Amino acid sequence: MLDAPKKPLVRVENLKMHFPIFRGVLKRQVGAVKAVDGISFDVFEGETLGLVGESGCGKSTVGRCVLRLYEVTGGSITIDGTDIATLSGADLRAKRPEMQMIFQDPQASLNPRMTVGSIISEPLDEHEHMTRDEKRAKVGELMDAVGLARRFADRYPHEFSGGQRQRIGIARALALNPKFIVCDEPIAALDVSIQAQVVNLLEDLQEKFGLTYLFISHDLSMVRHLATRVAVMYLGRLVELGDAETLYMAPRHPYTQALLSAVPNPDPAQAGHIERIILEGDVPSPANPPPGCTFSTRCPRAQAVCKQDSPAWREIGEGHFAACHFIE
Amino acid sequence: MTDTDTLEDDRKYRSLWGDVWSQFRSHRGAMLGSVVFITILLAVAIGPYLWGLDPNFADVRHRNQGMSWGHPFGTDQLGHDMLAQVLQGGRISIAVGLTAMALSLFLGTFIGVLAGYFKRLDGLLMRGTDLFLALPILPLLLVIIMLFRDTLRSMFGPETGIFILIVFIIGITSWMQTARIVRGDVLALKEREFILAANSIGTPSRRVILRHIMPNILSPIMVSATLGIATAIITESALSFLGLGFPSDFPTWGRLLYDGTQRITQAPTRVIWPGLAISLTVLSVNFIGDGLRDALDPRIRGR
Repeated sequence: MLDAPKKPLVRVENLKMHFPIFRGVLKRQVGAVKAVDGISFDVFEGETLGLVGESGCGKSTVGRCVLRLYEVTGGSITIDGTDIATLSGADLRAKRPEMQMIFQDPQASLNPRMTVGSIISEPLDEHEHMTRDEKRAKVGELMDAVGLARRFADRYPHEFSGGQRQRIGIARALALNPKFIVCDEPIAALDVSIQAQVVNLLEDLQEKFGLTYLFISHDLSMVRHLATRVAVMYLGRLVELGDAETLYMAPRHPYTQALLSAVPNPDPAQAGHIERIILEGDVPSPANPPPGCTFSTRCPRAQAVCKQDSPAWREIGEGHFAACHFIE
Repeated sequence: MTDTDTLEDDRKYRSLWGDVWSQFRSHRGAMLGSVVFITILLAVAIGPYLWGLDPNFADVRHRNQGMSWGHPFGTDQLGHDMLAQVLQGGRISIAVGLTAMALSLFLGTFIGVLAGYFKRLDGLLMRGTDLFLALPILPLLLVIIMLFRDTLRSMFGPETGIFILIVFIIGITSWMQTARIVRGDVLALKEREFILAANSIGTPSRRVILRHIMPNILSPIMVSATLGIATAIITESALSFLGLGFPSDFPTWGRLLYDGTQRITQAPTRVIWPGLAISLTVLSVNFIGDGLRDALDPRIRGR
């Protein structure tokens, strides 16, 4: 995992996702929520790219766009050589097995009226031509892989605990042997003891099946543990992207610095030394983002130029990108 | 979960329908309702053969009689035997109730699901539904019956023709409530993550609807269905009352009820028997629907 081959499996370029706002009697479009506004990144094969940011910054939207669960407004998403942003119908459907998703709320992501067996075999029903026995065997294998007893196959989701339900969701995502999995805050709805189990399971599966993850989370310490590289998002844009260690040790962008200073330090001796950067004000509305740098309204280093020009997304070090006027 | 594991290791594999059936049987109201409903069905299906009297035989010497061994339900003002009439009338009423309910349920669910699931169709279909809700039903009925009664009669014979007409009329004037309820539920359900999960798998819309949406909107559909039977029976009687329904020598529960109301003070039994038959049918169907809804929900269906 450490020496990941530098071959991008997923390449996102200038991705935009604007949700239109309709108002008035005639339901005319009066604006758009710019949930994702021009972001670019690569996910290399076999790595885990962590995507962090505060609530409402567009992390989950990025995840869903990358799997084409939304009709994107602009940009391209290339997965394994195919641009899926413009694919449609049968072509997109044929591409689906390569990319899967693990959802945040394991309660909501499983149909309460289906048995675990039929939930896990739904992808097989859709994409594979298997006999009933083959399906049963495959479902059994998947349940073994995620650590669920096979006899649970004809039970219903409400009979399981949160962690077990998340395993069911993971088994479903693995059913078609995907290369790329978007984990949309898979541990946010679980309690801490179960979080560790699920994260360890994800790591084991990555090693076993050679998976590539886009790991969306707001849990910074978990991302540091799990991710090879980390991207930081603020109000629909990426502000910084780099190797997990470099980024955590020496964050360059003022937002990343503020975000990381908020991570609690378990060592009381060190905790006192870390300067806590407290940002003023609220996140601006994505329907009406500030001109120039979107962070300029809260940035401790903001100058006149920040309110006019949007900073370019540029490489500031070996594989380290940021968008700020004041980083050399 | 670990301590139940060992207990259930030797649990035999049970099929879905087996579970549904055992839950349905444990619902006391539903079992009672089924027994009553099946009794009524059997009574109207084979009752007329067992009870030899012809419902249309006018025994003028025994008019307006009360209950007796010869005429357990009494007779009406023309000397028709009420028991025979109730049994014969039940056939039509139940047939109309079930078919009209099925039709209105199908229409309502179909339109509700389409409007809820496909945003593009929503405005059009819901405005259509509003249009139907706003239509004055009575003039519409008059027009439909004027236009089509004779055509249908000549095509299918007097009874089948009017049956088709009445079922059609009740069906197309009672689907709107179902459509609105179903649409609301589909809208809420569509935002749930398991629908998103199905999309990410690449399940096409029609199978998302059949596999994920339909089973989860079963409860409101069930409720609409059981209420729909009652409404259909009552509407049919209202139509008969207006002279727009079945011919007057053709007894239905609704017609018997309306004929009886004129003499309710002299012969209350003439209202009580058909009224009781309607109430029992509606009530038993309600209970069956209730039990079925519980039995089909895995969260209620305990193991």
